[in-house]
Formats: sequence, C-alpha cells, structure tokens
Amino acid sequence: MTEQAYNFAYLDEQTKRMIRRAILKGVAVPGYQVPFASREMPMPYGWGTGGVQVTAACLVPEDCLKVIDQGADDTTNAVSIRKFFERTAAVAVTESVAEATIIQTRHRIPETPLTEGQILVYQVPIPEPLRFLEPRETETRKMHELEDYGLMHVKLYEDIARHGQIATSYAYPVKVEGRYVMDPSPIPKFDNPKLSGNAALQLFGAGREQRIYALPPYTTVVSLDFDDYPFEAGKAPHDCDLCGAGESYLDEVIIDDHGGRMFVCSDTDFCLSRCEAGHQGRFGSAPPPPLPLWGEGVGPLTPTPAGRPHDDRV
Amino acid sequence: MMTAFESSCAATTDRPLLQVQGLTKRYGARIGCADVSFDLFPGEVLGIVGESGSGKSTLLSCLAGHLTPDAGRVVFDTDQGPRDTATMAEPERRRLERTDWAFVHQNPRDGLRMGVSAGGNVGERLMAVGARHYGTIRETAIDWLGRVEIAAERIDDRPAAFSGGMQQRLQIARNLVTGPRLVFMDEPTGGLDVSVQARLLDLLRGLVREMGLSAIVVTHDLAVVRLLADRLMVMKGGHVVEQGLTDQVLDDPQHAYTQLLVSSVLQV
Repeated sequence: MTEQAYNFAYLDEQTKRMIRRAILKGVAVPGYQVPFASREMPMPYGWGTGGVQVTAACLVPEDCLKVIDQGADDTTNAVSIRKFFERTAAVAVTESVAEATIIQTRHRIPETPLTEGQILVYQVPIPEPLRFLEPRETETRKMHELEDYGLMHVKLYEDIARHGQIATSYAYPVKVEGRYVMDPSPIPKFDNPKLSGNAALQLFGAGREQRIYALPPYTTVVSLDFDDYPFEAGKAPHDCDLCGAGESYLDEVIIDDHGGRMFVCSDTDFCLSRCEAGHQGRFGSAPPPPLPLWGEGVGPLTPTPAGRPHDDRV
Repeated sequence: MMTAFESSCAATTDRPLLQVQGLTKRYGARIGCADVSFDLFPGEVLGIVGESGSGKSTLLSCLAGHLTPDAGRVVFDTDQGPRDTATMAEPERRRLERTDWAFVHQNPRDGLRMGVSAGGNVGERLMAVGARHYGTIRETAIDWLGRVEIAAERIDDRPAAFSGGMQQRLQIARNLVTGPRLVFMDEPTGGLDVSVQARLLDLLRGLVREMGLSAIVVTHDLAVVRLLADRLMVMKGGHVVEQGLTDQVLDDPQHAYTQLLVSSVLQV
C-alpha cells in the first residue's frame, strides 16, 4: 500500500474531529479526564497510541514536528513515531525545540522553555492518579467529582512512613487550578514545576485507557505535598559529563563493568546545542566513542574501592 | 443552681441527634424494613437486635446513607441545623461521613485499607478533611493507636499483619479519629472469640462514655447490647416488634418473639 492511500496524518477526518472535540473539552476543564473513542493504531499499546492520536488530530501540513522519547530524539519510540508522521502526513520534522510547533513527548518536558503557540503532547500510560489507591473506576470518578482527594495524601503519607521522604519520583500527582488532581504522565518530578504557568498548550493522550486531558497555557499546577515535607524537584547531584550543564535532568549511563558511570543530559537536543555553543563537561563535548563497554582488562574510568560499583546518588 | 456542665448537657440533649420517621426499604415485593421510627439523643446508644434477615442491616445501611430508603425521613442534627440525610446531596453526605459519622463494619477488611499501614489508615480521615502536616497526623495516629491498645511500634505495619481483634480495634481508631458524633456499628464483635469480644466491648464502652458518642449498634448478640446499649429495638421480618430500655426489654420481654430471643440465649 502506498503512503498516499492514507488520509493526512493517518486518521480519517471524522475520527480527528471526535478527538478534537475531546481536546477542546479537556482544555475547557483543565485536568479533567475526557473519555474518547480511542482507535487501534499501527503500534502496540504502551508505545504512545494516545499521544499519536492527539498529535494526528492537531497536525496541519504547515506544522513542524519533534518527537521525544525519555528526552532523546534518536531512540526507537521517537524515531518510529517521527517516521510515521513523515510518511502519513509529510510534515517537516526537527530535533530543535525552538523550531517545532508540535512536540510529542514520552516522559520528559524539554529543558528549553516552550513558547506561546507550541503544543506539547504527552503519552500517558495510566491517566487515573487514584488508580492504585482505589481500584473501582466508578468510585474514582465520583472522587474527582466530589474533590474527595484525601486518599492521594495517604499515598504520600505511606511514602514518608516507609522511606522517610516522599519517594515518588515520577508521575508525581499534581492539583490543577485548585480543582482536579492529575497524573502528569511518568515525567520525573524534576519536570513538575515546568507544568505550571507553561506558555505552551499541554495535551495528554492515553490510548489504551481512552482518556484525553489538557493544561491550557499558563495554568497553575501545584505538586501535592505536606507542610513539613514540601515538594522537592530532585535530580542527580552532578553536572552533565558532555556539556557541563548543572541545571538539567540527567541520565545515568554505565560505561564499563568496573563501576564506571557517567551522567548525561536526558534532553539530547539541549545537550547537543550546548556542546555546539562550546560548553564542555568532564568528558569533553563529544560522547566518548572509544569507550570500552565490556572490554577485558580495561581500567575503570572512576576508580572505586575494591572494584565495586559505588552509588553516589543521594 | 445548674453547673455549666449540666446546662450544656441540657442544651445538647434537648434536641434529638437523629430522628427517624416511617423509614421503609423494599427489595421488589419483599420487605427490607418497614415503617421504622425512633429518636436518638446525643450520648445515647441504641441497640438493634433480631435474627438474620430481620432487616437490621438494611435499616443501618439506610440510616448511614449506603442505601436509599423508599419512604420515610432520616433527620440528622447537622451543624447547620436538622437535615434529611436521605434526600441530601452526595457531597454533603460524604462530608458527614468523613466528619460527624463513623461506620464500623463487621468485617474489618471492609472498613480498612489492607494495603495501607496502620498509621495511614488512621490518618486517612484526617487528610480527607484537610490535615496537611505529616508530624501532626502521625502524632494523632500514635495517640489513637494507644487509645485502642495497639502498640505504637506497630504503626507502620499493614493491617494484614494484625490479628482479628487488633484489626477491629484499628478500624475503630480509624473511625473515631475525627471525633464523630454518631457511630454506626454493624456486628462490631462478630467473628471474634469471646475473650477478645469482652476486651473490645470494654474498650468501646469506655470510648463511648468518654467521648459522649451516640451510637447505633446492630447485633444478634444480646450480651453486646446488654453491655453497650441504653435502649433496645427488637426487629422481626422487617418490623420493630418491641422497643424500650435495654434492661427492661431483656428482663421483662413483652412480645412473643422477644421472649423467644431472650430464652434462647445459652446460660453457661
């Protein structure tokens, strides 16, 4: 079958209208989960079927699309979704946040601040923040309706009681405009402050669960916490080993089997543009290609006592 | 001359806390409970006894708002004056359920969150009414565990690790932590062995007296109502066949069914 056999952006026009209606309702009631008739997409559930449908409904031929998978532009999920829309919608694609008009993302918000007119589409596995606390969907809907959110704090209480701090580090529950409690999709809690007052329109699509919700630009979003255990946006206490950035969210990469590790920006576009601007980290500005991964007899990059990997995360 | 305490008692006992009039619930053609009326005053404990299927639990569910009655009124004396809880809006009724009311289930598994620690179980109602200070919530939880005779070091254990009696006591702590005015109890001692029952009853009696709680206790165990209840209602086939002071009803039963009920208790 040729690509021309598909409608623009894969979905037929009636489906896109249906999704747009759900999106509009979601924008009108920030944080509220709008049910929609999610379609089968040519990818498995869990790979972003919800996000892809929202993106397809928002795309116009003039758009420039960027796809992020855990911050990276070049991992499987990002590459295949980008290729999917290149083939079915023939839109321009980019890796730069500033150039993009629509950004579909899995589990990260870009480090570069978003601007007015941009749309950020999240892939959401489980839209219901109360799911693992209250198994009945009828009951969770009622709880949202009645703003009966005491249970959400029970979860945070359990965290502190068990771990001495709020150990939830991703999918950290937030309250939108003082009304709905929302699951921000599994973004690290480091990204939570960026949800609030963001200039871009943020849309959340859950394909398997058939829900869409939204944060219009400049919506107030507050992360839930206790008075004596306030919310903290945590990250690894390091600088990026490639670009030296101290303020970005870092991925930990194991680089040999002697306990060596490096920390790099999870946002590849951010890291690359900083390297191009001449910033340097511990390993210089280029990813070290000759790094011995599983080499025999290669010494550790970071000497550790007795060759044991030492964990220097907090 | 009246002391301040007496006058405050007089002021609060003037008006019934709960007024029930002509309460009826049908399951299709069958009767759940029919034409039940009574008043419950602050600080009073009402026992409802009867055999299985006599409509006790249906009545309790209607009173607590878990079932919608087909006819009748359930007027509760809220802080904004008397209100019919049967026709009350859901958000208001839920607020009552979290603050002024408490419900102790027969099976603690129905009333507890089994996946949440004891402290979390006790703290849930506090957090639901807006407590947001971890230290305070934890202190209150420890205090309440102490009051129901659960050791403070068990605060982070899950209810699954507790014995049946401890689970039931935890359920009571979880319900009383927000200082409710009316407690509904559905067979609070069911499924416990007699020595644990005795301790639980002792504890309950102490808490009810100490906090000045009103309570409605549904049970088929006459010993429970003898110890706890001020007044007694005997139900059969959905109808109230006899009511009065507990000792009066148990020592001098008038209705044939009550006589049968009292005489069928084994004397050891």
